[in-house]
Amino acid sequence: MDFKLSDEQRMLEETVGRLVRDTYTFEVRNKSLESEQGFSADVWQQFAELGLLGVPFSEEAGGFNGGGAELMVVAEGFGRGLVVEPYLATVVLCGTLVDKLGSDQQKEALVPAIIGGETRLSLALYEPNGRYEHNRVTTSAKKDGEGYVLNGEKAVVINGDSADQLVVIARTSGAEDDRAGLSAFLVDGNAAGVSRRGYPTIDGLRAAEVVLKDVKVGADALLGAEGQAIDALEDSLALGLVALCAEASGAMEVACDQTLEYIKERQQFGVPIGKFQALQHRMVEMRMELEKVRSITMLAACSLNESRELRDKRLAAAKAQVGKSGRRVAEEAIQLFGGMGMMEETPISHYAKRIVMIDHHLGDSEYHYGRLESLLDVE
Amino acid sequence: MDINFTAEEAAFRDEVRAFLKDKLPEDISRKVKEHKRLGKEDTIRWQKILNEQGWLALHWPKEHGGTGWSPIQKHIFEEECAEAGAPTVLPFGVNMVAPVIIKFGTQEQKDYYLPRILKSEDWWCQGYSEPGAGSDLASLKTRAVREGDHYVVNGQKTWTTLGQHADMIFCLVRTDPDAKKQEGISFLLIDMNTPGITVRPLITLDGEHEVNEVFFDDVKVPVENLVGEENKGWTCAKYLLTFERTGIAGVGQSKAALAHLKQVAAQQISNGRPLIEDPHFRRRLADVEMELMSLEMTNLRTVAAAEAGGVPGAESSFLKIMGTELRQEITHLFRTAAGPYALPFLNEALHDDFDGNYVGPEFAASVSARYFNFRKLSIFGGSNEIQKNIISKMILGL
Repeated sequence: MDFKLSDEQRMLEETVGRLVRDTYTFEVRNKSLESEQGFSADVWQQFAELGLLGVPFSEEAGGFNGGGAELMVVAEGFGRGLVVEPYLATVVLCGTLVDKLGSDQQKEALVPAIIGGETRLSLALYEPNGRYEHNRVTTSAKKDGEGYVLNGEKAVVINGDSADQLVVIARTSGAEDDRAGLSAFLVDGNAAGVSRRGYPTIDGLRAAEVVLKDVKVGADALLGAEGQAIDALEDSLALGLVALCAEASGAMEVACDQTLEYIKERQQFGVPIGKFQALQHRMVEMRMELEKVRSITMLAACSLNESRELRDKRLAAAKAQVGKSGRRVAEEAIQLFGGMGMMEETPISHYAKRIVMIDHHLGDSEYHYGRLESLLDVE
Repeated sequence: MDINFTAEEAAFRDEVRAFLKDKLPEDISRKVKEHKRLGKEDTIRWQKILNEQGWLALHWPKEHGGTGWSPIQKHIFEEECAEAGAPTVLPFGVNMVAPVIIKFGTQEQKDYYLPRILKSEDWWCQGYSEPGAGSDLASLKTRAVREGDHYVVNGQKTWTTLGQHADMIFCLVRTDPDAKKQEGISFLLIDMNTPGITVRPLITLDGEHEVNEVFFDDVKVPVENLVGEENKGWTCAKYLLTFERTGIAGVGQSKAALAHLKQVAAQQISNGRPLIEDPHFRRRLADVEMELMSLEMTNLRTVAAAEAGGVPGAESSFLKIMGTELRQEITHLFRTAAGPYALPFLNEALHDDFDGNYVGPEFAASVSARYFNFRKLSIFGGSNEIQKNIISKMILGL
């Protein structure tokens, strides 16, 4: 048992920490949000130069060969800085899916471009009536000569508005919620028949509703074997869950720190409000929730190589805990900040929004409680 | 980062497991698993078995007959004991007074008391709390006045756990009433058979005789029973409390209880189906299991930090709050699982020698009593509110 970071992991942590501390100020972030794509292309290039975009890829491909723990370290740092760049979409979800499913040609074309910051991708997975069930897919891909024709609608595709390419999960066979019959396709964001309605999310990201109408793609757009995408998709979603839990952990840490600092300074009735026991105990409870999330995130991050069932059980528990504890921390932070917590100009409000909204990515706590329930007896 | 145990740690776990399989009496473990009340003899029988193995004194240095184990080894041992249904070692002698004697006692005190504690020859109890001095321990009033080679003790202690069996009590007494609150307190070892001591049972809401009041009326205590310096007893008191908080997360106990709860829920029928398939109940089981995973990892992080040389400090307060709340929640779910059979209360059915007929399923006999009994977890050892005060001060700097 060893909870210390390895030298390489510590190096990653320092790299991200320095970046967030020195250049990723609240003002810089807010300015990025105002841009059309909702993030900074310069910052993205910096990520590439620092090697951050290569974390989950093999060394042969020019990556860092990182696993769950490395991803956790990076995402925690991003959470501390409320980073809005499309790391989850491009690197964690799509990048690893291409890496797992793609042919040598597809990988050669894409992986170095992702690592270098030249290509950004976005995962078009969920659908308007599917909530968080990743295998409930009605978007269809029908054989059309050598290629396929895609039809369907994709919901809340994170960073889908600006992505160069979409990784579209479509059904090549089977009923609406079959695990078999799901395939992954690379679709150019500007291909004929693709319409994207981009919009901001409340926590400062960008997303899009995507409609695919008779979108024609070649045979080379299919990633992996037809109808066999589910296992790899779930592996990538597992990484995504680790990243989200870790991001929540980092953001919750800052929310706790800022709240603590605030109640030590803010004076009422002639003393700092942190002198009041009622508030001290609430602050302690916030810290306790943070410790739980830190702990269970480590558990999830270190469980990616366990059996699928045990991995999924721990991931479900971690995401459910993040939803439960995160909400508590966010709500208490706003409450302890009082009126100031309600203000857009106070950073804590942005932390609170991100922490709560993480619950809506890749399954909320209700959804993951359900998964955990189904895996309750897994040891 | 690696959350798995090392090969050496795993081998140690195997060794502990083999010992428990071999030496833990089946009748005792059954009682523990069925949440029956243990008799004094059961506790002593098990402690003697542990002592023969040299595994009784977890926290003692090796030269005094302790295990000399690392924090991780202690953790593994406690976890395995809980899983196997081993009784809790009575902490007052082995884990509380003994470390104080080792650290502050005279050579004579060490030579006399430590072997007796190892052999379970004395049953110890704790004389800390007083009416009016619970979590505010330093406001205690019991007086000890030195007269020649004796102290004369007058006052009252309360919440004295299992004091009805005790041969010895370690007490905090006020030796200088004019000094400041924490000063002027001394640490005395008192023979329970000394004239002037009266033990009165306190029956708790679950019908159990677990705690007592102890009255001291001109009790003569030889001065050689003073541990450490006169008026410096607060140092001993604080040192002792650091040992009270080990294993405080109760992860092993919660795991064992949750496993039992699942078994019970698989047997109970609700709406024509096993209760464990009831979506509402299952959700609550899932919540407890999730919180337990978080707690276990938090506990391991603390253990690993202690292993690396850190002293478990205010972090143990986190563990106390999280651990006790979880254990309480599990007792609540047991009660829920029993349904209407949570109501019948046959006090005699909770004792180990009961051979009558249960009302309803056997598991249900103890659930409500245990639920009410476990309300104590968030009160004793420094109430959870006091733990929050400690965290506020020590970790948050408020």
